[in-house]
Amino acid sequence: MTAISAIDVNKHYGDFAALDNVSIEIPDGSLTALLGPSGSGKSTLLRVISGLEVPDTGRVLIAGEDVTALTPQKRGIGFVFQHYAAFKHMTVRDNVAFGLKIRKRPKAEISARVDELLEIVGLAGFQRRYPSQLSGGQRQRMALARALAVEPKVLLLDEPFGALDAKVREDLRTWLRRLHDEVHVTTVLVTHDQEEAMDVADRIAVLNAGRIEQIGSPRELYEEPANDFVMSFLGPVATLGGKLVRPHDLVVSLRQIEDAVPVTVERVVHLGFEVRISLRDADGEELSAQTTRGEAARLDLSEGQQVFVRPGHPAFDADVAAPAA
Amino acid sequence: MRRRARVAAGGVGPLGLGVATLWLSLIVLLPLAAIVAKSLDGGVAGLWDAISAPVAWKTLRLTLVISVIVTVLNAGFGTLIAWVLVRDEFPGKGFVNALIDLPFALPTIVASIVLLALIGDNSPIGLNLAATHTAIGIALLFVTLPFVVRSVQPVLLELDREAEEAAASLGASNPVIFRRVILPAIAPALISGAGLAFARAVGEYGSVVLISGNIPGNQVASQFIADRIETDRPATAAAMAVALLVITFVVLLVMRLFGSWSQRHEG
Repeated sequence: MTAISAIDVNKHYGDFAALDNVSIEIPDGSLTALLGPSGSGKSTLLRVISGLEVPDTGRVLIAGEDVTALTPQKRGIGFVFQHYAAFKHMTVRDNVAFGLKIRKRPKAEISARVDELLEIVGLAGFQRRYPSQLSGGQRQRMALARALAVEPKVLLLDEPFGALDAKVREDLRTWLRRLHDEVHVTTVLVTHDQEEAMDVADRIAVLNAGRIEQIGSPRELYEEPANDFVMSFLGPVATLGGKLVRPHDLVVSLRQIEDAVPVTVERVVHLGFEVRISLRDADGEELSAQTTRGEAARLDLSEGQQVFVRPGHPAFDADVAAPAA
Repeated sequence: MRRRARVAAGGVGPLGLGVATLWLSLIVLLPLAAIVAKSLDGGVAGLWDAISAPVAWKTLRLTLVISVIVTVLNAGFGTLIAWVLVRDEFPGKGFVNALIDLPFALPTIVASIVLLALIGDNSPIGLNLAATHTAIGIALLFVTLPFVVRSVQPVLLELDREAEEAAASLGASNPVIFRRVILPAIAPALISGAGLAFARAVGEYGSVVLISGNIPGNQVASQFIADRIETDRPATAAAMAVALLVITFVVLLVMRLFGSWSQRHEG
């Protein structure tokens, strides 16, 4: 079943097309990431779904109901913002209870629900604090609890980890994934960070210049990118003979082999298990190859050395794995 | 030179502190002390008698009642104007923005003449309000308008729009968003602006002096003071001055306490 459908959505700001005839279907219970560079329209699409932004043309359906004409208040959504959007003058408890109080639920019910949510997001001991007394990660978890309190049909997260530092971001990512497995509410997450999208989402829609380039599972997108944009956005790439290749799909050989291009070694960087080799081809173009520690030891490269590269995989390439003659 | 006290980083040191205290004492505390001393010429009982005399009491009450009404009105309309200036785009916005400060810049006596011409004896709009309470109120509304607008405006500009959107996504209607999200955020600025407006209204002289007619029964406190000085009753004048002083100080103090109370929750 489809939880959210956006159909032929257009949104222009003056001459700028933020969304150019975008259609997307988001399955029930999924965690979908809208991934793209800034200005690609991913946040605009999320805000159109939420009703915070009104599209020029197109329709939005939530749980099968056409909500295009409805205000955000009536759409049954939960929205989480990059900068928390906390109600600063309210305690954590009042923040989370906000939506329930507006719905005039009985006090006992509100109290029990808030307790439960604070427990889920790990803020049970913080309910009397004010947002200014919380860390960024705690504020965002409070914002999530607040959004979940009203039992939204869909949960919309706009760069929810964007304002946090790297370590906290990674922790929250894992936490969100677990939360989603527990709560099962259809979730759409906007991010510009491909690693975050791959880590958290079970489906990714890649956006570029107001259009959706490809939708699929993280693995599909990585292994079968629809075009160069998706390929270069979803991981590191090297250009070899005018074609895009993943650095770990480059075979480095000490002798001339079939289809290989001569290159010069610029630098060899040891990053633990992974070894990165910076290369420069005859035209002066830089490219980077990625290999294992063992393979690097076998090659024993030094700076300025001439080697040969071609697309492939060292492990399946007996020809190359053989020591140089 | 070991005896010289070390100045902590960012501190002004004993000399700076001394100069600041001296300056404040000379400019503010000394004159205030003088007026308080003057008002106590006849002892505390004399001061009380002077304040509670029917004419003095009536004047003080009139001043306070009009000031409260004016403050409440300008708190409401000042917030509305600030809101429109921050959130709406319209042609001539820069002009309107500059217009707000006019009552600040204009000599108050000019305001009085303008109002006299507009709503005085020869009113071109046929509205003769000279020497009425309403006229005093209008004059005070005019001079105190900028206070609330100028204190609320910057806070509205800095307001977290996403908090409003979050409230909307949680189902809050626009009036609820205003009451439960926006108002608490601008309350300290609103109260501070209103407090300043009130303090100004209570002590206003120049803009009221012509339009009020300056007749007993339609005098504000500052006119009462001037009148008592002119008729050589300085003790009564000083008593009224001390009353204004205490009221203004209490209002400003309450304002500050409220301000620091609400600031604790700002992140």
